Amino acid sequence: MPIPLSVDRTVPAHTPLFEQHQTQGGRMVDFGGWALPVHYGSQVEEHHAVRREAGLFDVSHMTVVDFEGDRCRDFLSNLLANNVAKIKRPGRALYTCMLTENGGIIDDLIVYGRADGAYRAVVNAATREKDLDWIRARAEGTSVNVIEREDLAMLAVQGPQARDAVHGLLDGADREAVSALDRFWAWDSESLFIARTGYTGEDGYEMLMDASAATRWWEQLLEAGVAPCGLGARDTLRLEAGLSLYGQDIDETTTPAESRLQWTVDLSDNRSFIGRSALEAQLEAGVPRKLVGLVLEGRGVLRQGQSVVGEETAGVVTSGTFSPTLKQSIGLARVPVTTGDQVAVDIRGREVPARVVEPPFVEAADS
Amino acid sequence: MSDIPGDLKFMASHEWVRVEDDGLLRVGISDHAQNLLGDLVYVELPETGDDIIREDACAVVESVKAASDVYAPVSGEIVDVNEALADSPETVNESPYDDGWLFTVRPSDDSELAQLLDAEAYQQSIADDDD
Repeated sequence: MPIPLSVDRTVPAHTPLFEQHQTQGGRMVDFGGWALPVHYGSQVEEHHAVRREAGLFDVSHMTVVDFEGDRCRDFLSNLLANNVAKIKRPGRALYTCMLTENGGIIDDLIVYGRADGAYRAVVNAATREKDLDWIRARAEGTSVNVIEREDLAMLAVQGPQARDAVHGLLDGADREAVSALDRFWAWDSESLFIARTGYTGEDGYEMLMDASAATRWWEQLLEAGVAPCGLGARDTLRLEAGLSLYGQDIDETTTPAESRLQWTVDLSDNRSFIGRSALEAQLEAGVPRKLVGLVLEGRGVLRQGQSVVGEETAGVVTSGTFSPTLKQSIGLARVPVTTGDQVAVDIRGREVPARVVEPPFVEAADS
Repeated sequence: MSDIPGDLKFMASHEWVRVEDDGLLRVGISDHAQNLLGDLVYVELPETGDDIIREDACAVVESVKAASDVYAPVSGEIVDVNEALADSPETVNESPYDDGWLFTVRPSDDSELAQLLDAEAYQQSIADDDD
């Protein structure tokens, strides 16, 4: 039986927490060029820790890009499909797609407003190079400075008890400000950038700090009872929450309208942004495909790449897994827009029935 | 490294075989394999009476991460399958060499057994993999 783990002999990059992962018994694998733990023993237990209590992820492979200069707002207004004008005060976070001229998704990202008209974006690790190339090419000849922040580490603390655990490690003004953060807001202080955002469907924080401070945060959060979690659990958590993974559920061949992301595209005024005319043309002509949630009703496990079959229903599973919370298989699939509420999925030659549902599959715990 | 029962034979691809008193072969996956795969959530077994062919895929074990084929260690006819795994696939993680067995097979060619690895050779092969 082939074991589905990459045994890559090239040496992936280490985050500032590489030694901590090894100490914790992390099973290290190559995630897009970074050595990161897929789990520390049991992916399922780590998943449950986040749904029930709190879990800690090293997401330092994510790419942080700062935008500085007095024309950042105009620049990002054209670069991004959501409207940065919605960021009326520093600290506000905005989820958005960055599109090609054809309306295909180059990446999905969160952009944060900062003081003095600056912005910060967190983009996917796997798309780092093409994102930076794209952004820098657009910024060329403008007064906007595009600065990749490789000096920062990033932690995600997620789960119903995550915020309390973090608050306990802050003092003074930081504690007061962070405790008062609403969802999708960030606190931006000298040594810590902390946002009430995440990729698990649970409440919690994503935190950026100098790489040299990452170990201290990591160890203090573990001491506070937060469970170390690998990127395997991060994937099952995000799928239960119905969140797309770039490169699987969305990419440059898919538009926001085909990806349950039309809500992130702001067409409310006549703002010009890259991809707008293509998106409007698609909406006008009719969107041919949609991204749906699937719950498998027969035996088996949905996996990326499986065919969705049925009357006039040729589609593909873009993400699939076994949901540890629901104890059944769930997935996302891109199917013709006419697809009804029942499909079948070809799993190794068997047609297994699946119910079409509106994600999220799992609602967040009460915190 | 965990202890490997000495009475087992192995494929380098991590399937184990135990020769039962009645000449049937009991088949499962190794502790090393279940550990690499992680939490198992689904096991697809052959049906009693199926003919299986040595080194062909004849079962599937799926963890949260991925699906993996299980190869037939010998050719023969499936005599029994571990039905309990349908409801509790995690038994393979908890007890890979006992309660987590997958199926039993009546071998069609006893000489195929000799081509399997003994515990020591299997141990060596997974140590080589880890290099």
